Amino acid sequence: MNGFLHQVIAGIATGGIYASVALALVMIYQATHHVNFAQGEMATFSTYIALTLVQAGWPFWLAFVATIGISFCIGVLIERVLMRPMDKAPVLTHVGLFIGLVLVISNLTGWVFDYTVKPFPSPFHDGPLFGGLVTGHELGSTAVTLVVLGLVYLFFRYTRLGLAMRAAAFNPASARLVGVRVGWMLALGWGLASGIGAIAGIMVAPVVFLEPNMMLGILLYAFAGALLGGIDNPGGAVIGGFAVGVIENLGGTYVVGTELKLTMALVIIIGVLLVRPAGLFGRVVLSRV
Amino acid sequence: MLLEVNGLKAGYGPTWVLHGIDFAVAEGGVTALLGANGAGKTTTLRAVCGMIRTEGSITLAGKPIQGKATEDIVRLGVAHVPDGRGTFMELTVEENMKLGAITRHDKGVAADFERMFELFPRLKQRYRQQAGTLSGGEQQMLAIARALLLRPRLLLMDEPSFGLAPLIVQEIFGIMARVRDEQQVAILLVEQNANLALEIADTAYLLETGRIVVSGPAADIRQDESVRRSYLGY
Repeated sequence: MNGFLHQVIAGIATGGIYASVALALVMIYQATHHVNFAQGEMATFSTYIALTLVQAGWPFWLAFVATIGISFCIGVLIERVLMRPMDKAPVLTHVGLFIGLVLVISNLTGWVFDYTVKPFPSPFHDGPLFGGLVTGHELGSTAVTLVVLGLVYLFFRYTRLGLAMRAAAFNPASARLVGVRVGWMLALGWGLASGIGAIAGIMVAPVVFLEPNMMLGILLYAFAGALLGGIDNPGGAVIGGFAVGVIENLGGTYVVGTELKLTMALVIIIGVLLVRPAGLFGRVVLSRV
Repeated sequence: MLLEVNGLKAGYGPTWVLHGIDFAVAEGGVTALLGANGAGKTTTLRAVCGMIRTEGSITLAGKPIQGKATEDIVRLGVAHVPDGRGTFMELTVEENMKLGAITRHDKGVAADFERMFELFPRLKQRYRQQAGTLSGGEQQMLAIARALLLRPRLLLMDEPSFGLAPLIVQEIFGIMARVRDEQQVAILLVEQNANLALEIADTAYLLETGRIVVSGPAADIRQDESVRRSYLGY
């Protein structure tokens, strides 16, 4: 029983990482109707920046905040320089662009920071807590994730800028007609997504170790989570991310074994698309004319 | 003149819908743009606020705005109640209204909200509701409130009567008349229902396939034989 509970809790901890990345995916999807395949690679790159800062002697949390800031700027820059000119391009152009981004960022990461697997420090108490039920890092990273998700929610729900960003995503034409600078809102969305991805990367790196393809599997799980919860619903995607974390952990331990864990992401993706394409919490817009 | 348009061409893709039109909107009061389906009325409004490709000159209070981005034109005080109402369906009535005033940082916003509730009591009842659940008439009211919350100098209105029951149309035109009388705003009204439009307008222009064919004071146009027969039906 204790083992089962531990697996659930560990699942929630990794689920938090998936939830963050899923949220980043959904934020860009809502505004552009494209899935940013490069989200994982961007997060990995950010994690290397954090490691570089920590190794340069910065206090962990200062490096953490600085990395988020830098990642935000990178996200804005990618949108402004690469995505903006593709604004009206067909879907396949975007797919090509995203695949290109994945390759370029992944190789850039390897080139700049080299390909060797590196340990990444955890800022939390190392070792088991509460009689082995949960590790300090699991507890800490889940707390960080929840705080971040909460802040993102408050930002979108209660600030002017958040409202303007939602308006730009839902209805760009109308948003322009009330004076919202839609282009900049998209860039900001990319920046936020990139920052959230960086947090996910930093929180997962102590567990999986840092290498240029660190986020590859995580992106897959996150995508499964986003689809499960509803790709157009941020709250749903977050719940989906947590659910996938738990399902993955329990399935890996009791059903398919650790080697086949990643296939479960695929099973979830295909299952959702077959049974309920809108996801569990896919938005149903009520509309009367 | 608040808005002056000269030799305006506008269109979608390679073809022009407007073939060089001239018109002007005076400070205060209502100017009506009449015409049949496909004459270019909606296109004219879209051209004024930079939503489509244009050529020619458009000036707002003497400053050229042709070729500017929509959001920049809006920020100069041009509000648009668009074709299809432009409701943010997923957001609440409250959020829709807040978006109307999103570019404003002055202290008058709260008072303007109160004024909107007074003009449109139903928006107050529906304040926390998802805007997509409103009826067509309520969405039209919301669109007008959203536009007025910008405190515009120029209000562009695209067929506010479209698809609404006669009673609601009457209510909306009554409110427009109040806004015209009580607020410093010029209204450029596009309407298929020429009777309705000429009642409220001071000046009117008649568009036919992208050209202005008749223009003058609304009272004169109401007397015009050809307009009467083709558009007023009596």
